[in-house]
Amino acid sequence: MLEVRSLRKEFGDFVAVDDVTFSLPEQGSLAIVGESGSGKTTTARMIAGLETPSGGTVAVAGAERGPGRPRPRARRARGRRIQMVFQDPYSSLDRHQRVGDAVAEAVALHQDLPAAGRRARVAELLDLVGLDERQARSLPKALSGGQRQRVAIARALAAQPRVLILDEAIAALDVSIQAQILALLARIRADTGTALLFITHDLGAVRHISDDVLVMRAGRVVEHGPVGSVLDAPEDPYTRRLIDSIPKPGWKPRRRGEKAA
Amino acid sequence: MTTAPLSGTTTGTGRTKAKRTRPRDRLTLGAGCVVGLFVLLAVLGPLLAPHDPNAVDPMNVYAGPSATHLLGTDDTGRDLLSRLIAGTRASLAAPAVVVAVSTVLGTLLALTAAWSGGWVDRLVSGALDIVFGFPGLILAVLVAAVFGAGLTAPIVALSIAYLPLITRVVRSAALRERNLPYVSALQLLGAPTARIWTRHLLPNLLPLVLVQATIGFGYALLDVAAISFLGLGSRPPDPEWGLMVSNGAPSILSGQPQQSLYAGLAILIVVVAFNLLGTGLSRRLLGDNA
Repeated sequence: MLEVRSLRKEFGDFVAVDDVTFSLPEQGSLAIVGESGSGKTTTARMIAGLETPSGGTVAVAGAERGPGRPRPRARRARGRRIQMVFQDPYSSLDRHQRVGDAVAEAVALHQDLPAAGRRARVAELLDLVGLDERQARSLPKALSGGQRQRVAIARALAAQPRVLILDEAIAALDVSIQAQILALLARIRADTGTALLFITHDLGAVRHISDDVLVMRAGRVVEHGPVGSVLDAPEDPYTRRLIDSIPKPGWKPRRRGEKAA
Repeated sequence: MTTAPLSGTTTGTGRTKAKRTRPRDRLTLGAGCVVGLFVLLAVLGPLLAPHDPNAVDPMNVYAGPSATHLLGTDDTGRDLLSRLIAGTRASLAAPAVVVAVSTVLGTLLALTAAWSGGWVDRLVSGALDIVFGFPGLILAVLVAAVFGAGLTAPIVALSIAYLPLITRVVRSAALRERNLPYVSALQLLGAPTARIWTRHLLPNLLPLVLVQATIGFGYALLDVAAISFLGLGSRPPDPEWGLMVSNGAPSILSGQPQQSLYAGLAILIVVVAFNLLGTGLSRRLLGDNA
């Protein structure tokens, strides 16, 4: 479904992403983890086509991304293959657009439906993410972070993508909402076969959300494999440090230099 | 019927709590009313003027305020009130054109620069810095001196001089807006650039553009009046305010300051009203989010 080969991105002399290669099967789910600045968001933006790679290729559903800035028609075709939900739920919606209209706009761009059909499709999408008619008429500021993120997911699903990238899309939400959204994503994945690509720094959540995990550090892949084996038997020392930094039951904050009990 | 009237006469302290506005909002409202009044005068001016603004009356030179001439007459016996009213259109039209041209061009330029980034942005910003370094009024005076008197040349020059003012502010806001994830989301959905501009970026930037245009108007009016005062803009006998100030200047020494005084006051009131309206709008429209 998604084939990423030797992806590379340079910003001047700085290499943000270096030789990233992985694949994601249909209905698969992969989490890319790493600390801030490890190049995971840049990787996601290149896969989505929002950044031009300095090298390497991205192929989604067999279609490789051409060089240069894509035209809207090509982008729409691409949009049917790949969509992205962004980290900040507060700025990923136009603050002056009613959320129902935002979803309707996405539907109109991807499906040639009569007005009544479009309304039905918008209602269907909003229902899928658990939002109702009343919320559809609200402006983003009247919704909570979790509700906005649901709108962003509904908008992305309007394009019926084969791959959905979630860039720290649930990190800003509180834990109970995170659980709801993860359940929603699992359902979407099962129902539509959409492959999910999570970008996250939260190794603790990875076990619940994905089959595979890819650990990035300073732009390079340090470890890649099924979630169970990577989390339970990490080979790379960096992965081990990341896993050790997950707070566990009975964990107490400890000053630097203090010996562990 | 015991219900209180919803509206109607309010005694001194009879305002309801909901209706009470803060003093700063009242100031903005007042400024808006003054601006509205002058715009109305500009539209209806010739109909409202009690006398022909250019009718000379040698028997009535420097007449004081009277029932027929509320503000008196000037050095050739023309009715000052009529001239002020008739002059509103000429005095407001030129700065309106300057602001309209520079706002439309500036906003498009700002959006283009912010959207394209890279060398386009550097070129636009660099060119604007050069124009910004040039004092607008001096540029306009120079152009007027070269192309001869008349308002067309100064209007063109001022429109260019005012470009950086609006473009810089709108560009930085457009840059911020363009980098928000909702724009990336629209691009990913394949929305055409024209649609993203007209449906999303422009409406979101409109309050800022409106505020900048309002504040710019005051400055433009002052500049146009100054050019006419220097004899490079409107020609006599047009009742343009800047020209009236300059026409009346010789009479000030002989104790007849009315013409310059009233025209100067009109300029002062309109400029201050536009500035207050602009800052008030800025507070209202851009207060919480730019």
